[in-house]
Amino acid sequence: MTIHQQPALDTSPEVSDEIRRTTCYMCACRCGINVHMKDGKVKYIEGNKDHPVNQGVLCAKGSAGIMQHYAPSRLRAPMKRVGERGEGKFEEISWDEALEIATGWLKPIREEAPEKLAFFTGRDQSQSFTGWWAQAYGTPNYAAHGGFCSVNMAAGGIYTMGGAFWEFGAPDWGNTKLFMIFGVAEDHDSNPIKIGLGKLKKRGAKVIGVNPIRSGYNAIADEWVGITPGTDGLFILAMIHELLKSGNVDIDYLIRYTNMPFLVNQDESSDEFGLFLRDADGKELVWDRVKNAPVAWDAKGVKPAMKGEYEVNGVKSTPAFMLLANRYLGEEYTPDAVAERCGIPADRIRKIAAELARVAFEEEIVLDRPWTDFRGEKHDKMIGRPVSFHSMRGISAHSNGFQTARALHILQILLGSVEVPGGFRFKPPYPKPVSAHPKPHFKVTPGKPLDGPHLGYPQGPEDLGLDENGKAIRIDKAFTWENPMSPHGLMHMVISNAHAGDPYKIDTLFMFMANMSWNSTMNTSQVMDMLRDKDENGEYVIPHIIYSDSYSSEMVAFADLILPDTTYLERHDCISLLDRPICEADAVADSIRWPVVEPDRDVQGFQTTLLQLGVKLGLPGMVNEDGSAKYKDYADYIQMHERRPGVGPLAGFRGKDGKGKGRGEPNPNQIQAYIDNGGFWIDHIPEDSAYYKPWNAGYQEWAVERGIFDSPQPYVFTVYQEIMQKFRLAAEGKGDIQPPEHLREQVRMAMDPLPIWYEPFEQSLVDNDEFPIHALTQRPMAMYHSWGTQNAWLRQIHGHNPLYVPTEVWEKHGFKDGDWARVTSHHGEITVPVALMEALNSKTIWTWNAIGKRKGAWALQNNAPETTKGFLLNHLIHELLPSKGDGMRWNNSDPVTGQAAWFDLRVKIERVDPPPNLQSEPTFAPQESPVGQGPANVEYGKEWT
Amino acid sequence: MHPAPSVIIFTTMSGLGLGLMVFLGLGFLDVSGFVAFVFVAIAFALLGGGLLSSLFHLGHPERFIKALRQWRSSWLSREGVLSFVTMGLFGLYALLWIFWDMRIGWLGLLAAASALLTVFATSMIYAQMKSIPRWNSFLTPAMFLLYALAGGALLAAQSYVAGLLFLLLVPLQVIVWVVGDRAFGATGSDMGTATGLGNLGKVRLLEKPHSGTNYLMKEMVYVIGRKHAAKLRLFALVFGSLLPASLLLFFPHSMSIAFAAIAIHLVGLFAQRWLFFAEAEHVVGLYYGQR
Amino acid sequence: MTTLPQSTDKKLGLVIDLDTCVGCHACVISCKEWNTSNYGAPLSDVDAYGGNPVGTFLNRVHSFEVKQENKPAQVTHFPKSCLHCEDAPCVTVCPTGASYKRTEDGIVLVNESDCIGCGLCAWSCPYGAREMDALEGVMKKCTLCVDRIYNENIPERDRVPSCVRTCPAGARHFGDLGDPDSDVSKLVAERGGMDLMPEQGTKPVNKYLPPRPKADVEEIDVLAPFLQRQDEEAGGFLGWLDRTLEKL
Repeated sequence: MTIHQQPALDTSPEVSDEIRRTTCYMCACRCGINVHMKDGKVKYIEGNKDHPVNQGVLCAKGSAGIMQHYAPSRLRAPMKRVGERGEGKFEEISWDEALEIATGWLKPIREEAPEKLAFFTGRDQSQSFTGWWAQAYGTPNYAAHGGFCSVNMAAGGIYTMGGAFWEFGAPDWGNTKLFMIFGVAEDHDSNPIKIGLGKLKKRGAKVIGVNPIRSGYNAIADEWVGITPGTDGLFILAMIHELLKSGNVDIDYLIRYTNMPFLVNQDESSDEFGLFLRDADGKELVWDRVKNAPVAWDAKGVKPAMKGEYEVNGVKSTPAFMLLANRYLGEEYTPDAVAERCGIPADRIRKIAAELARVAFEEEIVLDRPWTDFRGEKHDKMIGRPVSFHSMRGISAHSNGFQTARALHILQILLGSVEVPGGFRFKPPYPKPVSAHPKPHFKVTPGKPLDGPHLGYPQGPEDLGLDENGKAIRIDKAFTWENPMSPHGLMHMVISNAHAGDPYKIDTLFMFMANMSWNSTMNTSQVMDMLRDKDENGEYVIPHIIYSDSYSSEMVAFADLILPDTTYLERHDCISLLDRPICEADAVADSIRWPVVEPDRDVQGFQTTLLQLGVKLGLPGMVNEDGSAKYKDYADYIQMHERRPGVGPLAGFRGKDGKGKGRGEPNPNQIQAYIDNGGFWIDHIPEDSAYYKPWNAGYQEWAVERGIFDSPQPYVFTVYQEIMQKFRLAAEGKGDIQPPEHLREQVRMAMDPLPIWYEPFEQSLVDNDEFPIHALTQRPMAMYHSWGTQNAWLRQIHGHNPLYVPTEVWEKHGFKDGDWARVTSHHGEITVPVALMEALNSKTIWTWNAIGKRKGAWALQNNAPETTKGFLLNHLIHELLPSKGDGMRWNNSDPVTGQAAWFDLRVKIERVDPPPNLQSEPTFAPQESPVGQGPANVEYGKEWT
Repeated sequence: MHPAPSVIIFTTMSGLGLGLMVFLGLGFLDVSGFVAFVFVAIAFALLGGGLLSSLFHLGHPERFIKALRQWRSSWLSREGVLSFVTMGLFGLYALLWIFWDMRIGWLGLLAAASALLTVFATSMIYAQMKSIPRWNSFLTPAMFLLYALAGGALLAAQSYVAGLLFLLLVPLQVIVWVVGDRAFGATGSDMGTATGLGNLGKVRLLEKPHSGTNYLMKEMVYVIGRKHAAKLRLFALVFGSLLPASLLLFFPHSMSIAFAAIAIHLVGLFAQRWLFFAEAEHVVGLYYGQR
Repeated sequence: MTTLPQSTDKKLGLVIDLDTCVGCHACVISCKEWNTSNYGAPLSDVDAYGGNPVGTFLNRVHSFEVKQENKPAQVTHFPKSCLHCEDAPCVTVCPTGASYKRTEDGIVLVNESDCIGCGLCAWSCPYGAREMDALEGVMKKCTLCVDRIYNENIPERDRVPSCVRTCPAGARHFGDLGDPDSDVSKLVAERGGMDLMPEQGTKPVNKYLPPRPKADVEEIDVLAPFLQRQDEEAGGFLGWLDRTLEKL
């Protein structure tokens, strides 16, 4: 016996037989993954180090992919409902029968009234395909989940500067010196943000987190601003006030790159009041302060004035910048005026504004990279203002979120920090101005396709989706006066409107990957009732529901027909430039998924199913002249489809030779080329074109070469948003297209061409003494909406969700560990477990999102903590606002975009004794599981150990 | 610490058996033949039963023999080795006694010493745990030894000796609890040192790493109510030592008194051992906001 | 009287940056995923889809709140796995010798074929680094991915522990803490890397980098550099605008 002994150890074991590189789908981040295969099974999943999105890292969800891929909740075959809706009783059927049933419902309505199909696709990553299908079908009723997610952020960015955060752009992580992050709840772009924060931390660059809750990114922020929900806009505008008052805005930048010098009509009696003055060619005018005359904004050598009043052809006008300065220099935007409402001391607002100014203007970055702007002017260097921002749903999911998002973008622009070194940078195909986007299309012709893409960016009242009687054409009432600029639709209103027959009744509700009877809907209990409600004849009010999902979710139980999808490792997908690409600020990139494992069940990718349905319905573009299928399956479509000549779903390896970048003929070996390249394609932007993209002639040319644009699209940032003023003029009675009387005031108020702040709607309609507390949800980093629960590893991290209560509320109500609370809103009440959190805004309670589950769903046993202690806040949130007593249904949405105002929720809280069964309320009858329950124990990988 | 029945049974039974062996080895109890056999059998049954019970605590009981290898460093290994040595020595001693009526003094002494050492080794398994401050004290072996001796004396029908030993046990047990209650605090370990964040302010647990439980929490973060513990302590003290001592010292010696004392002591002993584990706070609890 | 090696050639370990960890649990799951099908027995999950799922994990992330009187509370996410202590009590208590510390790199391992599952090593560990697998009956612990870091079957750039490779924020660093010139040692020196529960005398190899001081916990300095208002006598904001335009 020796004193120390150690056994011989093989430190170089074989890891796997093969590595297959594809794209993750454990959330919407779309990281590259190396899937290690052993004996035909998935053994280990790691990040792909060469991939532009994640550079090798992988989050908890991604690493738990094995448990998702082999989850017992996977659907096994097409199914038709045999019980009542909501019960979960199904019978497995063949694909032939399933497609026959679907065609039997969809074909007649296409011939008569295509709008009777409402097709909404949830967290779809193939919207350019599903939208194309819906367009060919001819229904105007198509959108994905953007309306209940973050459309305010997207639309606020596009309408202000031609792009927003996440897919649209990112901070210049390598150069930024001060980074401010607003309301980001640890999802969306998650790995890139974490990688970026890591880079900042390594350099010791400062991070300021603005969030009522100090978790996740805010926990590592060097400074935390625990703002009161819904007041971000006020806070931002107060900082703008400080910057203006102190002369810390980048005037040169504003003159060159924004519409701030444009002359705005100031004749209140004019039909064009508030619109820009234009020359005969339709070009916006500025006042040249040297020539002392109006000239086109892009004239050579122009020296625009930024202040003063000018008469042009008898019309009073002033540069837009003057309107901005006059508004935000006003007393209502001083830090002292906003401090109490924001829950931030005025001095802290002043200090942060000073810090932004100091870093932007005193620590500027100069890169020695000559470049040429779109006016032909040559610059010998690139000057950067190294402050950057990021934001997501936290500021977006309020009824004032659109204007708040715009305010944030304008803050960046005033500091001159957009598209400059150290600032915020766009990712191709962005920057892309509103004018380069399609407008929405609504023209329905029975038996024929819709006249164009459903979703787009309206440029005035003439682009609204209203029929000759002023009635909404879309079931979700997108693009109406209730929410004129709603480019992502309003998925959260579809079931409610379809049930109410407002604006009309539909025949078939067809959904994909959206848990609309549970965590993805407001007002969950009543929505379940709407889905199973019957009319006087005993027929369902919504006659047919088709649903496609991979897993036995809560929504499955409410469908009549289930078209089972595959797991993400069993399918083809393309992360397309036509859709929501994975580009970087320095590169254009796209990627694929491919079946690294073949399905062992009777399931197929949803997109292939759609193509098969398209053939049965004879949809144009999907059938050849003889009626045969044009595309064998989705993979075939990905390679062979052309949206415009030479431009298709995938930009890389185009052409017969596979060398085309962005443009080129379809390549029948394109997918193999992607597989060989690690599942993605990337092409870097030349150095001299990598910044100032909207105005950089080099970038514009490169973008045309790559098929991003068909002609250069330089533009200036629309800080002053003239399109909004057009809607506003209508609300003031000008023009032919007029809003209904009851909406005039809302449109006039909300469509301000310069950002404003107004109290969130719910807050202004409920008694704030009765409901003094804000209630929020955040999505944990280790879960993606409802999916994490079926994952044996992830559900151990978040198996139930306490309601976090701040110290002030905790003490006031005498809460103790293990206590429960009754939480009541104007709409409903829940009884749930509580926990103390000190690092929390004192008027805010919150919980993790989508942890609570219905018994029977997700192949869990009925005593799963998700179904007992777990709960949803959704029961407290109504899709409609509290009654105003006018008999109208007012959406609980942003009045500009229709974004669901999840975070406007106001509640009261009371301590209650823990219920003896520790069951949160409300509860619902269990649904039957069509796939049974998971096994008792898991020992993954035992066969290899 | 989780009061696992297998370990409670093991420490109590093996302690009693070894205690009995000590007295028998030292030549107490002037009996022979079948009566000797009965006492020897009781001693072996207690020790063997205890050891068998301890096997239920193992993930791989079939490998238990491997546990005898690291006697140089491991108290558990020593305990195993010593148990077997004791059984060998005492077995030989008992064989000669039962069948040849020979009680070899030096052999008995050796067996008794080995039995005491075994109890000591058992106690050191607990006493060596720096991570469990309540146990990490010389009082732990003192307490284990005294319980084993008192119980052994009682089983060996040495009522008076047993009575005195039980009387000694009363203050010792109280001292063990009083000192034990202060032990955690004395280590200086708290959530601040556990996380290294103590200099930034007061540290509290916001979220456990997993929303459910885990091996560590089940095994080492056992929480009992303070009132419950106080009652049990009183019970353990009265039944484990005070009442047996009173019976043995103040009542006339008789079989029924002896049996009553044994029964009462056993109940008290189980309560004491249950508390020994249940009240022992592992420092890992600091990572779970528990002490 | 010890079965710990007198000294080890290297002291391989982790440096965990608490100023950077966002608490995403990526390391937790990546660790589980690698280790359930590699070194030793799988990491089981009991009642995986039921009411009380309990699995074996070798790395877990806790979240703590830290509060000073009258200051905003801070939150720190806190990953914890085996610290590969120099004076590892888990090694010396082991009755079978299954628990050992490697002489070449200091990694503390369990030779599972010798493990009887007595649990004593887990008791002796102050940090909760060892977990007995409920179905396999053997003690599991962080191996520092000993089957990755020297593995010639994987690319050289991947020869780091799975948790380090996957960490999105780059909050986990791997290296030789016995070499004062290594990157990890320099990081520890620069950022004031600390031991957990030094009073336990275990001499952990893994170090934790403390959170940097938070700006919001400091009082706002009365002399804080607020922005200067444009002087009203010089025309205020409009005067500034004129002067700025002249300079362009």
